[in-house]
Amino acid sequence: MGGFQEQFLRGLETTVLVAAISGTLGMLVGLAGAAAKLSRFRVLRMIADAYTTIVRGVPELLVILLVYFGGTAALTALVGSYVEVSALWAGVFSLTVVFGAYATEIFRGAIQAIPRGQTEAALSIGLAPWQTWLLVILPQMARIALPALCNLWISLLKDTSLISIVGLSDIMRVAVVGAGSMRDPLTFYLAASALYLMLTSVSLLTFRLVERRMLAPLH
Amino acid sequence: MQTAIDIHSEDGRHGRGAATASLRAENVHKTLGTHPVLRGVSLAAYPHEVISVLGASGSGKSTLLRCLNLLEVPDSGEIWFRDEKLDIRPPIGQNGARIGDARQARRVRASLGMVFQSFNLWPHKTALENVTEGPVHVRGLTRRAATERAENYLRKVGLIERRDHYPRHLSGGQQQRVAIARALAMEPEVLLFDEPTSSLDPELTGEVLRTIRALAEEGRTMILVTHELSFAREVSSRVAFMQGGRIEEEGPPDEVLSRPASAGLRRFLDPAC
Ligand SMILES: Nc1ncnc2c1ncn2[C@@H]1O[C@H](COP(=O)(O)OP(=O)(O)OP(=O)(O)O)[C@@H](O)[C@H]1O
Ligand SMILES: [Mg+2]
Repeated sequence: MGGFQEQFLRGLETTVLVAAISGTLGMLVGLAGAAAKLSRFRVLRMIADAYTTIVRGVPELLVILLVYFGGTAALTALVGSYVEVSALWAGVFSLTVVFGAYATEIFRGAIQAIPRGQTEAALSIGLAPWQTWLLVILPQMARIALPALCNLWISLLKDTSLISIVGLSDIMRVAVVGAGSMRDPLTFYLAASALYLMLTSVSLLTFRLVERRMLAPLH
Repeated sequence: MQTAIDIHSEDGRHGRGAATASLRAENVHKTLGTHPVLRGVSLAAYPHEVISVLGASGSGKSTLLRCLNLLEVPDSGEIWFRDEKLDIRPPIGQNGARIGDARQARRVRASLGMVFQSFNLWPHKTALENVTEGPVHVRGLTRRAATERAENYLRKVGLIERRDHYPRHLSGGQQQRVAIARALAMEPEVLLFDEPTSSLDPELTGEVLRTIRALAEEGRTMILVTHELSFAREVSSRVAFMQGGRIEEEGPPDEVLSRPASAGLRRFLDPAC
């Protein structure tokens, strides 16, 4: 594959980096989103509803393009001369927004699945609401949400490939460039597939281990 | 018919001279949805009293108990903890009644142990952890001191050897005894029980009732919602019979249960007549 091994390795690094950052930030967005959806303030509920409805209703690829070109236009207007946003950060931002929307729904459902009595028991001994969240709600929510989060993470890993369209040098980009220049597209696409498959397999395995450990007390 | 308030002022505050109630509800009203569940309830628990609250399903017993520790906030009326009035903000427009002073509510709740019908143990924590959370995070004890305290109360309810079990691996009766230990570990002033044996198989109610009886014999102040009539008669210093969101009748168990004055209580005690 003539020197492309090293490029693939760097592409792999980029893919993992983008997924890890978007996933982490997306989890935080999801927590905030779920808290907003379950809040007693109507405005927060409406904002969160609008967010998840819009983001889940638009193809991921379009979200990326909108963020990239929208970001570039905004930055250009702001600075006064043409500035292009970085593909990496536009990608991270887009995938965070997407991941966050789905995570919001997952977390909301998981929190609602926790019986009301769990919170009441915590309040009844005098725990503050934030302590109740930390000690009682979040640990139980995590257990319930884990399988769905695993699926979401797998989707995220694969969705990073969409960012290659705005020029991110991830696995996908290396494969496309290699396929175009070396007259042997199949090999490059197979190699890329193998890398994605490896990432998703490792993820699935890790989730299964975590799940087994976390759910142990409940069985 | 006398109103609940009349009965109360004869029998309650004035009859007891200057003594301050540990916990007192005064003319409490509460509507849930569109249903007026409590319609002017007054009830006081004096130190070392065991009060059993009886009444048909839907008469408002749980709601009353939940109003006492502000899990439900009364629409009107007062809740007093010793000589302190709880800060309650009445409903305004669409918004329901709410707690005015969150800090006070937390402090008072920590002094009112509550035991629920469905136990409500935290499934991701062991028996011991269920009992130590309060002492650590509310009372500020060190882990070590809290563990020691929790072990004492688990021993007291006869479950010290189950300290590292998760709720899932305990029987209903054992779970409820852990829940009682969890409440006791806060060293509360008053214990509130909401039908503590109603979700237990008959063969498991005995162990929980024995635990509660032991607490009554220690002289703890308790309010107990129960359907166990003979148990109520045995442990209570006073019983209150609720009907339609009011306390219909209240007094010493032998009097009230043997010679019920109201038609409602007569029907409740003997559905056949
Ligand atoms: N959110 C709600 N909206 C409307 N009605 C409610 C709501 N919650 C409870 N109720 C009603 O309030 C009434 C009193 O409830 P409560 O739980 O206090 O009764 P209870 O005396 O404890 O009955 P039980 O013996 O069945 O436990 C019931 O008729 C119930 O249906
Ligand atoms: Mg009830």
